[in-house]
Amino acid sequence: MAANDPLAAAGPPRRPLGDVLIEVEDLFAGYDGTAILDNVNFKVHAGEVFGILGGSGGGKSTILKHMIGLVPPVSGRVRFGGEDIVGADGDELERIRRRFGVMYQSGALFGSMTLLENVRLPIEVYTGLPEDAMTLIARMKLALVGLDAFTGHLPSEISGGMQKRAGIARAMALDPSILFLDEPSSGLDPITSATLDATVRRLAESLGVTFVIVTHDLPSVFASIDRVVLLDKKARGIIAEGDPRELRDSSPDPRVRAFFRREPEKAAA
Amino acid sequence: MATIAVNDLPDGRRIVALDGRLDASTVRVLWPQAHEALAQAPGKPVTVDAAKVDYCDGAGVALLVDLVAQERGATVEVANLAPAFQALFNQFDPRRLSQELDPEARRRPAIEELGRAAAAVWKDIAEQVTFIGEITAALFYAVLRPQTVRWKDVWRVCERVGADALPIVALISFLLGMILAFQSAVPMKRFGAEIFVADLIGLSMLRELGPLMTAILLAGRSGAAFAAEIGTMRVNQEVDALTTMGLDPVRFLVTPRIIAALLMTPLLVLFSMLVGLVGGAITMTSFSIPVVTFMKEVDSAVTLTDFLAGFVKSFVFAILIAGIGCLRGLQTAAGASAVGESATRAVVSGIILLVVVDGIFAVTYYVLNI
Repeated sequence: MAANDPLAAAGPPRRPLGDVLIEVEDLFAGYDGTAILDNVNFKVHAGEVFGILGGSGGGKSTILKHMIGLVPPVSGRVRFGGEDIVGADGDELERIRRRFGVMYQSGALFGSMTLLENVRLPIEVYTGLPEDAMTLIARMKLALVGLDAFTGHLPSEISGGMQKRAGIARAMALDPSILFLDEPSSGLDPITSATLDATVRRLAESLGVTFVIVTHDLPSVFASIDRVVLLDKKARGIIAEGDPRELRDSSPDPRVRAFFRREPEKAAA
Repeated sequence: MATIAVNDLPDGRRIVALDGRLDASTVRVLWPQAHEALAQAPGKPVTVDAAKVDYCDGAGVALLVDLVAQERGATVEVANLAPAFQALFNQFDPRRLSQELDPEARRRPAIEELGRAAAAVWKDIAEQVTFIGEITAALFYAVLRPQTVRWKDVWRVCERVGADALPIVALISFLLGMILAFQSAVPMKRFGAEIFVADLIGLSMLRELGPLMTAILLAGRSGAAFAAEIGTMRVNQEVDALTTMGLDPVRFLVTPRIIAALLMTPLLVLFSMLVGLVGGAITMTSFSIPVVTFMKEVDSAVTLTDFLAGFVKSFVFAILIAGIGCLRGLQTAAGASAVGESATRAVVSGIILLVVVDGIFAVTYYVLNI
């Protein structure tokens, strides 16, 4: 492979794994009696950038919805530091959810609010900081994703990629210890995508933020993710887990190597 | 827990030493204290000593950035911040963040707002006239080539506009008949004229209230649904996809809805007239007027012309409701709130048009002595 090939990237330096932060145990998911995921198990460690990978329809977004407590699985458990989010309700669910931020695929910004107001909203609700501080923090989060010159714009006045970046800024508003990003680089240009990858690494390394990223953007995977699980539609579960670069180079499973090398005839479904 | 300590050096420099954990809960307290420490030493250079800061998240960095950005005639610098936090701090340009890069637009003068509103109304009227032309052309095309109409869509919309609306039309018309009968029977009884309530109910339900109330209900129910449905298609670029495939959105989306409304509205109006009379008849039994007597009085008071005068309106109302609903849907702008705005506009302009057109009908009937 060429030296500058993003699929051959060496990636971030290997870091020792921290304590287990999220545990997904015996997860079974499906719709209308059809199983999508059967007996899925994995752990996410504190401070790591963790990727959920797989082809379309493999259940990546379904796992994410179960992990953030939006949709309960058919069976199984998702624990945050020992607390099970499945079956939690009311105050308990809210308390667990305050520990993480979520960036949705489309950005999911509130259409009637400016970008600054969108990012400021969770800060207003939860921190009680002085007005100046709240505004400055919101502006800083927008600056992190390159949108500090668009603070007064409404979501409808900016592009889809910019909406996504603003969604990331809002997810980071309260400096959560865990950030879930659903397809963060889709719709972004390569430069913005690379900037976002660098931001993810910086936050993970300097603040110890744990990232769970659903993606199939391989250059981003190799540039920023420490560990991945690879889902397979036919297997209805995980077919590989580990460092994406090692899986690309030396996985014994040809489907896994093919996925990371973008070889359609051998790849996982 | 975090603390702040202020120390003035002999060289005139002020040291503001931060100690502990800088996060939202501690910055909330430190923010005014740190700013006061700067305000108390105007013109003196200040060093914010962060050597004892053991954690610093976004709120902590915001405090440091804000202190450095203060315009006070002397410098403020941050020193001894741990490398991990320094990397976070270095991501931001305090001077840039203190500037308003994207101020909210200033409110326009009232006269300009008025002019813009007038221009918007004029543009809307022009679009409605254009749309009437497009609908007319599309309906002619459908009559000449019925095989080009998407009949599957027509029947689907018929079910939603017609059958699904039956319960609400029945309920409102029944209550309308009852209320009208009761409110008019009480004063008329004083003159022994309660039998003429049947004339009132018959004429008003058949000529005016049956068609108008049904149309208003449909404007709120189906007009809004058409606007929301087509508006969502517009936001999702489905309308653009139709256009680029060479399919006329008016023919593809609007024609089936107008045909369905034309088929269903007259039936619902008939139903409304009948149920309104039943409501009136039931109420009048409590005033000792049997149902048979009530119906005979209606029969003698109401002519076929009265019935047709009301029934004809239902076709015009159908075109208005479906047309304005589809037009508002096609006019939907970008953004999530746009679909809601389109639905609201469909209902408001639909009801206004219905009342205006009903007034035109009333004047026309009066002039023609119908």
